[in-house]
Amino acid sequence: MPTIRIDGVEYEVQAGKNLLESCLSLGLDLPYFCWHPAMGSIGACRQCAVVQYQSEEDEQAGRGRIVMGCMTPVSDGAIFSLDGDRAREFREAIVESLMLNHPHDCPVCAEGGECHLQDMTVMVGHRDRHYRGRKNTHRNQYLGPLLNHEMNRCIACYRCTRYYRDYAGGTDLAAMAAHDHVYFGRHEEGILESEFAGNLVEVCPTGVFTDKTLVHDYTRKWDLQSAPSVCVGCGVGCNTLPGERYGRLKRIHNRFNVEVNGYFLCDRGRFGGGFVNNQQRLDYPGLRGDDGRYNAVDHHQALQHMAEACRNARVAAIGSPRTSIEANFLLRQLVGTDNFCPGFTELEQTLVNLALELQQQSSAVIADIRSVESADAVLILGEDLTNTAPRLALAVRQSVRNKAYEMAAGLGLETWQDAAIRNLAQDRRSPLFIAASGDTRLDDVAEQHLSLAPQDVARLGFEVAAAIRGGGGVGNSDTAAGRIAAALMEAKRPLVISGTSSGSPQALQAAAAVAEALAGAGHRPMLNFTVPEANSLGQAMLTGSAAPSLEAIAERCDRGEIDTLLVLENDLYHRTPAALADRLLHSDSAIIAVDGLDNRTTSAARLVLPAANFAETEGTLVSLEGRAQRHYPVFLPQGERRPSWVWLLACMKELGHPTATDLHQFDDITRACAATVPALAGITGAAPDHHFLNVGVKIPRQPHRYSGRTAMRADISVHEPKQPEDEESPLAFSMEGLNRWQPGALLPFVWAPGWNSNQSLHRFQSEVGGPLRGGTAGMRLLGAGTTGPTAAIDPPPSFTPVEGRWQLVARHRIFGSEELSALSPGICELVEPGFVEMRGADAHGLGLTEGDGVELDAGLATLAVKINDSIPPGCLGYAVGHAGTANLAAGASVSLAKATNWQRPPQVISTDRSGGGHV
Amino acid sequence: MTETTSMQLVPTLSEEELRLIDAEIAHVPYRSAVAIDALKIVQQHRGWVSDESIKAIASYLDMSADELDGIATFYNLIFRRPVGDKVILLCNSISCWIKGCDGLQQKITEQLGVQFGETTSDNRYTLLPVTCLGACDKAPVMMVGEELHEDVAESSIVRILGGSTEP
Ligand code: SF4
Ligand code: SF4
Ligand code: FES
Repeated sequence: MPTIRIDGVEYEVQAGKNLLESCLSLGLDLPYFCWHPAMGSIGACRQCAVVQYQSEEDEQAGRGRIVMGCMTPVSDGAIFSLDGDRAREFREAIVESLMLNHPHDCPVCAEGGECHLQDMTVMVGHRDRHYRGRKNTHRNQYLGPLLNHEMNRCIACYRCTRYYRDYAGGTDLAAMAAHDHVYFGRHEEGILESEFAGNLVEVCPTGVFTDKTLVHDYTRKWDLQSAPSVCVGCGVGCNTLPGERYGRLKRIHNRFNVEVNGYFLCDRGRFGGGFVNNQQRLDYPGLRGDDGRYNAVDHHQALQHMAEACRNARVAAIGSPRTSIEANFLLRQLVGTDNFCPGFTELEQTLVNLALELQQQSSAVIADIRSVESADAVLILGEDLTNTAPRLALAVRQSVRNKAYEMAAGLGLETWQDAAIRNLAQDRRSPLFIAASGDTRLDDVAEQHLSLAPQDVARLGFEVAAAIRGGGGVGNSDTAAGRIAAALMEAKRPLVISGTSSGSPQALQAAAAVAEALAGAGHRPMLNFTVPEANSLGQAMLTGSAAPSLEAIAERCDRGEIDTLLVLENDLYHRTPAALADRLLHSDSAIIAVDGLDNRTTSAARLVLPAANFAETEGTLVSLEGRAQRHYPVFLPQGERRPSWVWLLACMKELGHPTATDLHQFDDITRACAATVPALAGITGAAPDHHFLNVGVKIPRQPHRYSGRTAMRADISVHEPKQPEDEESPLAFSMEGLNRWQPGALLPFVWAPGWNSNQSLHRFQSEVGGPLRGGTAGMRLLGAGTTGPTAAIDPPPSFTPVEGRWQLVARHRIFGSEELSALSPGICELVEPGFVEMRGADAHGLGLTEGDGVELDAGLATLAVKINDSIPPGCLGYAVGHAGTANLAAGASVSLAKATNWQRPPQVISTDRSGGGHV
Repeated sequence: MTETTSMQLVPTLSEEELRLIDAEIAHVPYRSAVAIDALKIVQQHRGWVSDESIKAIASYLDMSADELDGIATFYNLIFRRPVGDKVILLCNSISCWIKGCDGLQQKITEQLGVQFGETTSDNRYTLLPVTCLGACDKAPVMMVGEELHEDVAESSIVRILGGSTEP
């Protein structure tokens, strides 16, 4: 480790780093703007200036020269000054000049109070402005419903375009003009195309890009109450920091987890929490009378009704892969294993369990996000990751840069030399191969994208595996499989990704076979599977593949074998075709639904219990890489809403259920589940239990500047109520306590003295960009297996199109395919009406053009047509999870006819969908 | 979707423009490497580069309009707004400033009735500042259309601009 001297003090620092990150890791305050821990240095803003001395004599003589900390490698014996007058004056002058055109409008700026520019200005001590000229005024652009644009606040650090284009691969944001006129925006107004645009909110160090949904319902960071949470948008399980005020979820920020999401979220996660404020939320338990009317009851009555319906009755239950293990576990205890359906359809159950088993058996490493980024050859089978596991796609996009890093290493360039490395590599990338049924959003960085029917995607995978095993086929450049096999074999860290989204179990098996073949050839391959929902994998771990599927429960309903059917946080009409949902919900069984939002399932229920959601309760979720993670209530549910586990536990107590005797608190449920279900034995390690105290007190959810608590409810009553106690977690609804030195899973917000913005994160990291000091949150439940898949699998027969029939292939959309985020303000404006995608020639043959209606299988569905020539011949893409597509299932074969009397779906009025989430 | 829209826009480049751009493309490894040349070619033919031209060129060079616009707006000699028949580039960099370009500017403004960045109402001239014309030894200098004028005196403005265009 090199030793450097800063202002006369010697420090040991890590080799290969630059001075700026070394200083920050040492806890020294050195201001900066353009450098970003995930994006490296370009030396653009000149804010991180320090004085470097040639030698000790140079230092004594007070000579030395100004250098940029972010561009200066640390080398043994180097001598610097941060505090010297020259460095200080320089840095102060930089802030002043960067702000020549800045409007000083902090009071009306959404960034105010968590602004890196404010922090740096204070840090350098700049106070008096000397500039007396006119300031530039820019015209701002409409960038869509998610982001606000206020260009006057720009300091031209170039972080936004570097992030948006270089890091996230967007093409529609650029730096325009030059010198005093430089402008960061689009060629013309319009919705930003990148699915990761929202990170600009945190990347831009000023108030140029801010969260529009927050701006419409604004609260300053210091007034937000927040708690560590986990995104429920997909299976990745990104760590988040939702913030609340006045009982409303205001915004979601990234919560750093070096192994899960690093510094970034996708826009589904960042903007998809607004459903929490939706007016479709249920407030009171209700009983539906015989006349169909919904009568509110208080929660004691509700519980009694529930217990009554369960007592001496044949009860079955449908759980939910989008809610916590604890709630599902309790429900299973309540009705018994044989009567508990995890909430999967048969196909989903097969897929998710297969994904789990293959990963448990595989000798491949189940990749976390850092490993994904380190892969130097990637094969993706059947996934459009950007739309199915978005954050994973962003990581794969970074992986193709390993070629560049390799070239850089050859020249002795450190990875943080961003501009130099991009220049060096130009468009040379590590190989990425994608085989999927239609185009994907990673095609732009793929060496090859093959559009194949799902069967053929799997076949390709098996061919690659065979080529690797046989050795002979490897490098046969005539076949795609040979080329892919060669690229994977040449790589040091090959990665194979597949998932459940295409509905093809064979794709999963093929991916596992490739990984196994690589392992057999002496490699240490990595493997990743996407799963549909935030807790799909946890649900499979809880129930296994033998649990009854929705179809099995439906059969029992048909036979009249179920008196009472409990449905937990699961809208069956969203999940399954209407015919199946009807069989489940409109048989003779009495339906009791526990859910947050009013939907078609709760409408069919005799008794409805209003449930809290991810932001209002604790829960453990298992992510796609098998990581158990805990989320905590950011605020307490309003009115009669209760966490599902509270409803269920209370009902069990009411019934005197034997397994509930020892359960009193949330932690008891977690422990009981860990003790009962071997696959989930590790979940207690996801986070400390409620006894945990940080230096003797609970960890505060509110920053110490949290203001106006006495006035907050003054419109209701001038008496300030006592703050609620949190007996379930190590967090408090309070400003008191210490938000430092705690375990990584318990970080409710980031703040450090002098660092009000999210840049304060480095004060919580063991080193800049490294894991949190308190350890990485979550508990991995999947180790690398050793056995490899037990049976050899035969590839499926290849797909042959049938004249006049089309095979349905699933097409996912980041906005629209997931049920809850689609109900959030902002996102709901981006959700398209349901559609099918077909080849131009197919459309032409049926006399269809873009926007026409097409009827599938005489009455199965009628949807708008989109022309997409990347759909494989004989296939028809359909928008998963969108309005009008619930009856469609991947793999089904349908006939098509031009719809008569087709009317284009009306333009959505966003407030209808978001339920007035913001006004 | 973007593809179909841009496809329709390609034809807004003329055969001649496409031919010249193709000739440039032949020399470089990536199409987008000729972005500046393509902008110059289109400007030569049309006098300026419109939003439509930006989209057409961008799609022809396999880049986004945003990216190309970043390049186009960076260079002050790529005109993103219509200019007059002739562009007057008056150098106001250090040598020319010492030698009195301010006076020249005043004279031009008196004669043509336009400030920097403006075009005469008869569309004959657009007046723009420029930071260097590479002729500092002959300062002050200005360019009118393709013609460079050296050692310009205030008294010669009327002659250079042809005594035309009253404010
Ligand atoms: S918009 Fe923000 S991120 Fe972009 S250059 Fe300006 S200050 Fe930097
Ligand atoms: S990738 Fe998935 S888990 Fe992560 S923020 Fe997006 S939706 Fe949420
Ligand atoms: S942070 Fe070093 S120059 Fe910008």
